[in-house]
Amino acid sequence: MKTQAEQVVWVQAVSYEDLAFNTGKTIRYQDEEVALFKLRSGKLQAIQNRCPHKEGVLAEGIVCDDHVFCPMHDRKIHLPSGLVQAPDTGCVKTYHTRVDDEGTIYIGFPTSEEMAC
Amino acid sequence: MTVKKEKLVLVGNGMAGVNAVEHLLKLAPDKYEVTIFGSEPHPNYNRILLSYVLSGDSKVEDIVIHPYEWYATNNITLYTNQTVTSIDTVTQTVTSDKGLTVSYDKLILATGSNPFMIPLPGADKEGVMAYRTIRDCEIMIESAKKYKKAIVIGGGLLGLEAARGFLNLGMKVDVVHIVDTIMERQLDRTASKMLQAALEEQGIHFLLEKQSAEIIGDKRVTGLKFKDGTVAEADLIVMAVGIRPNVALAKEAGVECNPGIIVNDYLQTNVPNVFAVGECAMHRGIAYGLVAPLYEQGAVLAKHLAGVETGPYEGSILYTKLKVSGVDVFSGGQFVDAEGTKAIRIHDEFTGVYKKVVIKENKIIGAVLFGDTADGTRLMQMIREETDISGMSKTSILTDSGGGSGGAASGVADMKNDAIICGCNGVTKGTICSAIRDQGLTTVDEVKNCTTASRSCGGCKPLVSDLLAFTLGDSYDKNAAKETICGCTTHTRDEVVAAIRDKGLSNVREVMNVMAWKNEEGCSKCRPALNYYLGMISPETYKDDSTSRFVNERMHANIQKDGTYSVVPRIYGGVTNPTELKRIAEVAEQFNVPTVKFTGGQRLDLLGVKKEDLTAMWEALDMPSGYAYGKALRTVKTCVGETFCRFGTGDSMAVGIELEKRFERLNTPAKVKLAVSGCPRNCAESGIKDLGVVSVDGGWELYAGGNGGVKVRVGDLLATVKTEQEIIEYTEAYLQYYRETGKYGERTSEWVHRVGIEHVREVVMNEEERKQLCERMDKALSVTQDPWKQAIDSKKIQRDLYEVVEIK
Repeated sequence: MKTQAEQVVWVQAVSYEDLAFNTGKTIRYQDEEVALFKLRSGKLQAIQNRCPHKEGVLAEGIVCDDHVFCPMHDRKIHLPSGLVQAPDTGCVKTYHTRVDDEGTIYIGFPTSEEMAC
Repeated sequence: MTVKKEKLVLVGNGMAGVNAVEHLLKLAPDKYEVTIFGSEPHPNYNRILLSYVLSGDSKVEDIVIHPYEWYATNNITLYTNQTVTSIDTVTQTVTSDKGLTVSYDKLILATGSNPFMIPLPGADKEGVMAYRTIRDCEIMIESAKKYKKAIVIGGGLLGLEAARGFLNLGMKVDVVHIVDTIMERQLDRTASKMLQAALEEQGIHFLLEKQSAEIIGDKRVTGLKFKDGTVAEADLIVMAVGIRPNVALAKEAGVECNPGIIVNDYLQTNVPNVFAVGECAMHRGIAYGLVAPLYEQGAVLAKHLAGVETGPYEGSILYTKLKVSGVDVFSGGQFVDAEGTKAIRIHDEFTGVYKKVVIKENKIIGAVLFGDTADGTRLMQMIREETDISGMSKTSILTDSGGGSGGAASGVADMKNDAIICGCNGVTKGTICSAIRDQGLTTVDEVKNCTTASRSCGGCKPLVSDLLAFTLGDSYDKNAAKETICGCTTHTRDEVVAAIRDKGLSNVREVMNVMAWKNEEGCSKCRPALNYYLGMISPETYKDDSTSRFVNERMHANIQKDGTYSVVPRIYGGVTNPTELKRIAEVAEQFNVPTVKFTGGQRLDLLGVKKEDLTAMWEALDMPSGYAYGKALRTVKTCVGETFCRFGTGDSMAVGIELEKRFERLNTPAKVKLAVSGCPRNCAESGIKDLGVVSVDGGWELYAGGNGGVKVRVGDLLATVKTEQEIIEYTEAYLQYYRETGKYGERTSEWVHRVGIEHVREVVMNEEERKQLCERMDKALSVTQDPWKQAIDSKKIQRDLYEVVEIK
C-alpha cells in the first residue's frame, strides 16, 4: 500500500510565524494556485484557490471556524474536505500541509492526477 | 452481481423535467442511467426569475437551479445546445440535431412551450422578438443600450414583467393590449384598474383596446400600426401574448397531441415508455403554464418511475403573483363573480388595498388581493382544502393574516408532505419539515440556506414561517426570528447594539461569546456587521478586525471577476489638475494597467491590477484611497457651479471638495454617495444621492435618502439652509444618525423609508440633538487614517495581505 508521502511532493511555502490568522495566503506552484489558511485554532488548511462556482479567489474570503466564504458570491466551503456547503454543491481540491521543527510550512502537491475531489 | 441500470432519457433541460429527475434520483438513486438533452446553452435555470435578470435585480448565474456540478455529482449525462430532432418509438432511441443517437428504456418529454408570435406583416423585421429565454433577456438588455423606445404586445403577466424590465433598463415602454383591462385572466376589473394606475405611475404607458395590424420599418422596426390606423413608435417590439405547447417532436413520433401532449394521471402518453411533463403536456384538457402544477406533476411522475406507490395527479388549482413591478398582486382559483357565487370585498382607496374572496356553497373558490397579499397563501390553502366557512365570521376570513398563531399554522398541518411550498425552487413541505427536524433549524433564513425554499422570489416566506411554527411548536418565535442579523444568532440588530453599549463589549469574538452565538466564529453576514457596530460605538478605542471585512475593504481595492483589482485614487469633488492626471497616467503605464475608466462618480478607475502590485502602485500614485470599495463615503459628485456655469448660483465645486475632505474614510452601514449641484438644474443629480445638496435662491436644499441604483428612489427634502457651514453641520448630524441607527448593509434610501423622513428631519432640526450628533461624528472622524498609506508604511500589512508566494 502506498503512503501519502509517496504520492505527493512536499514543497516549502512560508514560515508558520509569518502567516496571519484567518487570512488566506496565495501560494503559486507550477500551474497550481493554493489558498493557505492558519485558522484561529492554529490548524493549517490548504485548498485550491478558485471557487468551483465562478472562480472566486478563495484566499480572499472571510474565514469562520473551518469554513471559508467565497468573496464573489458567498459560497461556503468546508476547508478540511473542500466541500461546498448546502444549498450549493461542488468541491475544491484540498492539499496536505505539514510544519517542520524550524516552523516552516510545507504543502503537499500531488504527483498524479488522482487528487480529484 | 450488479443489476443493469435502465436508461432514462429526458428531452428538455427546463424546470419541470429536471425537477422530476431530481425527485426520481432521491427516490431511486441507482435505478436509472440518466441522459438529458437541452436546446439552450445553459444548465437548468429558473425561467420564472428571468424578469429579475431583465430588471437588473439578479444575474444569470443567480437563477441557475442546478449548476453543472449537480449533473456531474449525480452522474447525469447532459447535452446542452443540442436539440432532439426525432424519436424512434420502435427501437426506443432519440436522435439529436448533432447526429447523436441515444437509446432509452423510459423517455420523458419535457419540451416546454414556445412563445406565440402573432403573424403580423413585418413580424420578421429586426427588433421584433419574444421574451422566453436567457438569450432573449440578453438581447433585450443589449438593445436597451442602443435603443430608447420599446413596445410590449400583451398586457398579461409576462408582458407587464417585460415592460417593467424595460423601464429599469432606461427605456420608454408602451404596453399594447387587445382588451381594456390588463391581466384579465388573473384579475377582476377593480384590481386590474388599480394595477394599471400603479404601473402608469411607475412610467409604463398603456395602449388598451388596440389591435395590432402591421409592424413598420425598413430593415429594423420603427413602429407598430394598429387596425384603427394609429401608429406607435418603437425600436424594439416584444410579443408576450401567450405560449403554445412545443409538440412538434412528439407529433412526428406518433405521440397523441391535442394541442399539448396528451397524458393520463400518471403522465403517460399513448406510446409505451414515453411520458410527458410540464408545459408541453395536456392533462384532463389543461396545459399548465405555471410552475407549481408542473412540479406537482413531476412529483407523481418521479414516484411512478421509481416504482414507489403514488396517488394520481388530479390537476392543480392555479394562483398567480405579480413579480418585479413593486406592486403586490395575488390571484387564485375562480375569482370572477358568477352565478351562485357571493363575494367578500374590502376596498380601501386611501391605502390602495383591495381584497376579494369569492365564495360558493360556503366554500372559498377564489381570491384577488391587491396592495396587501399577505393573506394569499392562507387563502390558497383554504381553497385547496375546500374549507367550510359557514362557522367563520365573514370579515375574519380576510383579516386573519399572521394574527393568531394557530390559524395559519393549522393550515400547513393539513397539507400533504409532497405539497409544493416553494414554487420557484420546487421544495415540498416534507423536505422543509425534515430539514427543520434533522438539522435543528429555527429561522426562515436557515431553512432558506438548507433547502433553497424562499431563496428566489420570497413569496413563500409566510408559509415557511408557518411550517417552522408547526414543526417547532411554542419554541418558535416568529417575530424574533425575522429580524436576526443572520442565522448564527437569535438576536436582532438593536439587541446586539444595545448589548455592545450596555456591557461594554470590545471585540467581535466577545460579542459572539456573551450573546451565545451558535457558530463560534460567526459567518460572512454577522462578522462584518459586528465589526461595523463595534467601530461605530467606540471609534476611539476599537481596533478594526480586518478578518471581519469583505475582501474589498480588507484589501482597500475592488476585486474584479478575474481576481485582479481596481484602484481608484481620491479626487476631491471630481476636480483635478494636470500634474495629478499625469501622475495617474504614468503609474498606469508603469504597472501595465489594461483599462482606465471614469467611474459613475466622476473618478478615474485603474482596472486589472495584480494583488502583489497594489502597494507599490499606491506608493507611486502618492494619492489617498478613493474608497471606491467601501461601506463608506464614496464620492461627492459636483457640477461646475457658479465658477463656470452661466446658470450656477452656488460654488458647487468648493462645497463638494469640502464635504469630501470632511467625510472621507468614514465607515457607514452601507456605501454613501453625495452630490452638490450649483443650481436647481441639478446637473450633479443630487436627487438620487444618499445626501444631495442643491443651490437655490438664497441658500441650499439638502435631499436625503435618494438612490440611483437598482431601486431608484428620489431623495426627500431634509432641510433648507443658508450657509455652507450649515451644509456641513446638517450633513454631519444626518450621516451620524444614519451610522447610529442604520442596519449594516442598509442604504440610506432603505433607512429613510424605514424610520421615516419626518423623524430624521425632527432629529436633525433639533439643535441640541444636532450638536451632540456632530460631536460624535467629530470623534469618529478624528481617528481615521488613510489605508493606502498605512499599507505602504507597514511591512506586516504588505506581507499578510498582498504577498503572493511563488514557488519555483
